[in-house]
Amino acid sequence: MTASRDRHRSVLRATLSIAAAAAIYEALARSGIFAAALLPPLESVFRALWDSLADGTMELHALFTMYRVAFGFGLAVAIGIPLGILMARFQRVENFLLPLVSALMPIPSFALVPLFMLWFGIGNTTTVLIVFYAATFPMLFNTWSGVRSVNPIWLRAAGAMGADERRLFWKVIIPGAAAFIIAGMRQAFLRAWIAVVGAEMIAASDWGLGWVIFDAKEFLNADLMLASLIVIGAIGFMTERLVFGSLERLTVMRWGMSRGARG
Amino acid sequence: MPHGAAIAVAETGSHRPGHERWRAAWRNVFPFLVVGALWEIVAWAGIFPPRLFPPLEVVAAALVRLTLAGILPHHALDTLIRLLSGFAIAAIGGVAIGIAMARSRLAEDIFLPLVSIAAPIPGLAYAPLFLLWFGLGNISAVLLVGFVAMFPVIFNTWSGVKAVKEIWLRSAQAMGADNGRMFTHVIVPGALPYILTGLRLGLAQAWRILVAVEMLAAVPWGLGWMIFGAREFLNTDVMLSGIAVIAVIGLALEKQVFQRLENFTVVRWGMMTQ
Repeated sequence: MTASRDRHRSVLRATLSIAAAAAIYEALARSGIFAAALLPPLESVFRALWDSLADGTMELHALFTMYRVAFGFGLAVAIGIPLGILMARFQRVENFLLPLVSALMPIPSFALVPLFMLWFGIGNTTTVLIVFYAATFPMLFNTWSGVRSVNPIWLRAAGAMGADERRLFWKVIIPGAAAFIIAGMRQAFLRAWIAVVGAEMIAASDWGLGWVIFDAKEFLNADLMLASLIVIGAIGFMTERLVFGSLERLTVMRWGMSRGARG
Repeated sequence: MPHGAAIAVAETGSHRPGHERWRAAWRNVFPFLVVGALWEIVAWAGIFPPRLFPPLEVVAAALVRLTLAGILPHHALDTLIRLLSGFAIAAIGGVAIGIAMARSRLAEDIFLPLVSIAAPIPGLAYAPLFLLWFGLGNISAVLLVGFVAMFPVIFNTWSGVKAVKEIWLRSAQAMGADNGRMFTHVIVPGALPYILTGLRLGLAQAWRILVAVEMLAAVPWGLGWMIFGAREFLNTDVMLSGIAVIAVIGLALEKQVFQRLENFTVVRWGMMTQ
């Protein structure tokens, strides 16, 4: 089949392109044009990764970062979803919150880091709150538009079939808005993941992947820096794919709400 | 997205326009008055030290003082210049790479794996690396902003050019369009809604990261630096006025620049309905 041969060729080329990029990097690193401290060969990057994983420091940094993300993201979900539903169901809530949200949303979360550092000091509180701030808005906006997009015919049909308010909420509104809510969670997680790295760099505490990178700069440890970049990328990528991908498959796709199920 | 303004427009038709407009304006202002009043009460109650939680009039005074002294405009101008130069790198590089990836199989095979590996890493994580390689200051800041903002532009341009309908290409070809005309008259207009979305996301990304980069890169001027520097002296009022300016610029970028651009191009050509 030509399709499979095409795919085969693409995989081959992708591998070649990554290998070529690695080879160019390696050649640059070994040529000695740039200081080895700035451009370490791949071997020492992987050794730094292996060493830090072996003595458990990298895992601990990753755990701290994940704890902060989970806490801030959990808060964002716990507050964003109910507020979004309230905004979509009650005109008054929407009238009150929408102008505030529209004014707060364009403020980058990092702009608040120095303020939060003054108010809450350096460490977990500040980082968690920054993550919360970054993740809340996508959550809120997606829930709001999801609930608003629930087909009014479904609501009337359920009402005509005698569903009370609570059943209407759990059986119609929530499943109807689920695709939006899960998309919001995905977006919120990405924002949270970006925010936590930045917040850890600026509001430096002793642990966390963002802090490792920033701290490594002070000692010109480019190998450790690249190693934690790899860890950050890998965790972000896997959470996004595994957790949210399977969440989507388990809920909306199975219910036939999103396109993936039909295709 | 039905923001306050859109709601106002939608509801104006039913009653007398002037009266309704006042009510809509009031509806938008009211929440800010409530929050402002709460802020004042907390500030005056003295629960927190006034240096850390200044009343709003102190913040406003700082805003006016810094603006008149020319400090705040200088910071804002430097930030904007950095934003635009970084965004220009992202726009030019991103559109070029995106089009190349969509039109040539070889370019796609080369770039796609690299871009897919680099994109999911949070942009700021690259900051120390850039600082190490390019030194503290403007070059690192602009390059990093450009690098990070490039990814959404690449992805959207790529899928936009791929989404140009095959039938348009074939009919343009049948009508005798050469490669140049095909590109400017069919491919670019066809992909433009996607490219604009990519540019919009890229600008938002650039804006979000720039503030943090300014804090880390020790640039002499810039709003991010101003906020960060104010922390050393516990100047919460300076900090809050900086945040207010950042909010205004962010809102203006989103509402003025991109929505207008969209109205002028794709909506007018009928590629998208507003």
